[in-house]
Amino acid sequence: MWAYYQQYSSQIWSLFWSHTKLSVIPVVIGLIVALPLGWLAARLRWSYPPIVSMAGLLYTIPSLVLFVVMPGILGTQILDVVNVIVALSIYAVALLVRVVADGLRSVPFETKQAATAMGYKPVGRFFAVELPLAVPVIAAGVRVAVVSNVSLVAVATLIGTQQLGTLISDGLAASQGGGSWQSPLFIGIILAVVLALILDFSVQLLTRWLTPWRRAVGRS
Amino acid sequence: MIGDWWAYMTNPDNWSGKSGLKANVLDHIAYSFVAVAIAVIIAVPLGLWIGHTGKGSTLVVGTVNASRALPTFGLMVLLYIWIAPHFTGKTNLPYIVPVEFVLLLLAIPPLLSNTYAGVQSVDPAMRDAAYGMGMTGPQVLTKAEIPNAFPLMMSGLRAASLQVIATATIGAYIGLGGLGQPIYDGTQQGPFQDNPQSQIATGELLSGAFLVAALALAVDLILATIQRYSTSRGITGRYRKSNLPGPMEAELEFSEPDGSEPALTPQHAPSGAAAL
Repeated sequence: MWAYYQQYSSQIWSLFWSHTKLSVIPVVIGLIVALPLGWLAARLRWSYPPIVSMAGLLYTIPSLVLFVVMPGILGTQILDVVNVIVALSIYAVALLVRVVADGLRSVPFETKQAATAMGYKPVGRFFAVELPLAVPVIAAGVRVAVVSNVSLVAVATLIGTQQLGTLISDGLAASQGGGSWQSPLFIGIILAVVLALILDFSVQLLTRWLTPWRRAVGRS
Repeated sequence: MIGDWWAYMTNPDNWSGKSGLKANVLDHIAYSFVAVAIAVIIAVPLGLWIGHTGKGSTLVVGTVNASRALPTFGLMVLLYIWIAPHFTGKTNLPYIVPVEFVLLLLAIPPLLSNTYAGVQSVDPAMRDAAYGMGMTGPQVLTKAEIPNAFPLMMSGLRAASLQVIATATIGAYIGLGGLGQPIYDGTQQGPFQDNPQSQIATGELLSGAFLVAALALAVDLILATIQRYSTSRGITGRYRKSNLPGPMEAELEFSEPDGSEPALTPQHAPSGAAAL
């Protein structure tokens, strides 16, 4: 396995890097789209059920279906990575809208009142008080989205996108050709798990950095 | 594009035969059902036991967190390469076993965690009341805890079914039937171009995609309906216009499922962050 790694290390790391990008970029896009939608659902009571059930409906569509239908909708090539990014962004929005709305709704009314009394205008109050307090709930959703993306991106091998799944399909091809399949397959699987763990940990670190008050309470 | 899809779907030739759409749909349902059924048999009793006794709850949290990072695709290919040489002759088993195993691994965590969380979240005062009325342990479980946990258990079942139906498509990559087959075949034959060959491919791919999505939605709808009408009325409060807000109302909102495992995420993430 080590020999294989040394021989192909540059390709392996470029696959690892593209897998990372394909896992992270959709969640960032998804969060940017989900924030205003979640805000709307939290703000206007009547809009919560339709927005959340729309999101739930989107989430029931299998990922492979979204991957293969995208070229037809966007007019891209079937092998274009844009398909995967857009499809996974839709997934991320579907997951995060509900989380953002629930996070914002979990901010106590008294806290908002106090912020208003301290002189915050609505926009300032949202960014300085409500959004930070919703971070722990939102971050929990982001962790789920990022980590499950690592697994979903590998499925994009079926439509020929280059990422760690490529190593797995190389392994399958090698085994069918009677060659040595262990190295690419195991390297692909191990790196995918490692990537999921790294991303999970990074989101946790980021959450911790964004919510210093929780740390202060935890230590006392 | 829509025209290609419609042309493929409405051509009866594409529905018949060993790898026609009808066989694909039935295969897909069979693979998904087997995986979910085995997962229910394993995960529900285990979840009930853990929730009831409180033993081994760290196991649940650990499994659920780890399962999200599960490299489904890689694991399926690995199992296939391992076991395929041990089967000879005309059998589907080398394709079925890896796929079923991976689907099982996907279906267990949401069922286990939601069953556990459902039993766990039963109001302790109510559990005490049940014991106080003279119920035995098993009676408390069947008469108080399971009815209260039922909405969450059903949302776990829905999440598991959705995941399994969606993921069963990847079996096509190693040669299993099901609705992944038309999608994969279509993809291989260069869809979305302007020639007759490609239009058939587009139609095949979109038909597979449409049928998986329709199957997922239909199953979710059926399970949602079952959940709605079999949840104890003491919990849903459907028999009265609720002008006496009972203690269950907060839970009712909480258990409104959308298949995205809402139950565990908010509960466990803070504890994970604190453990850091």
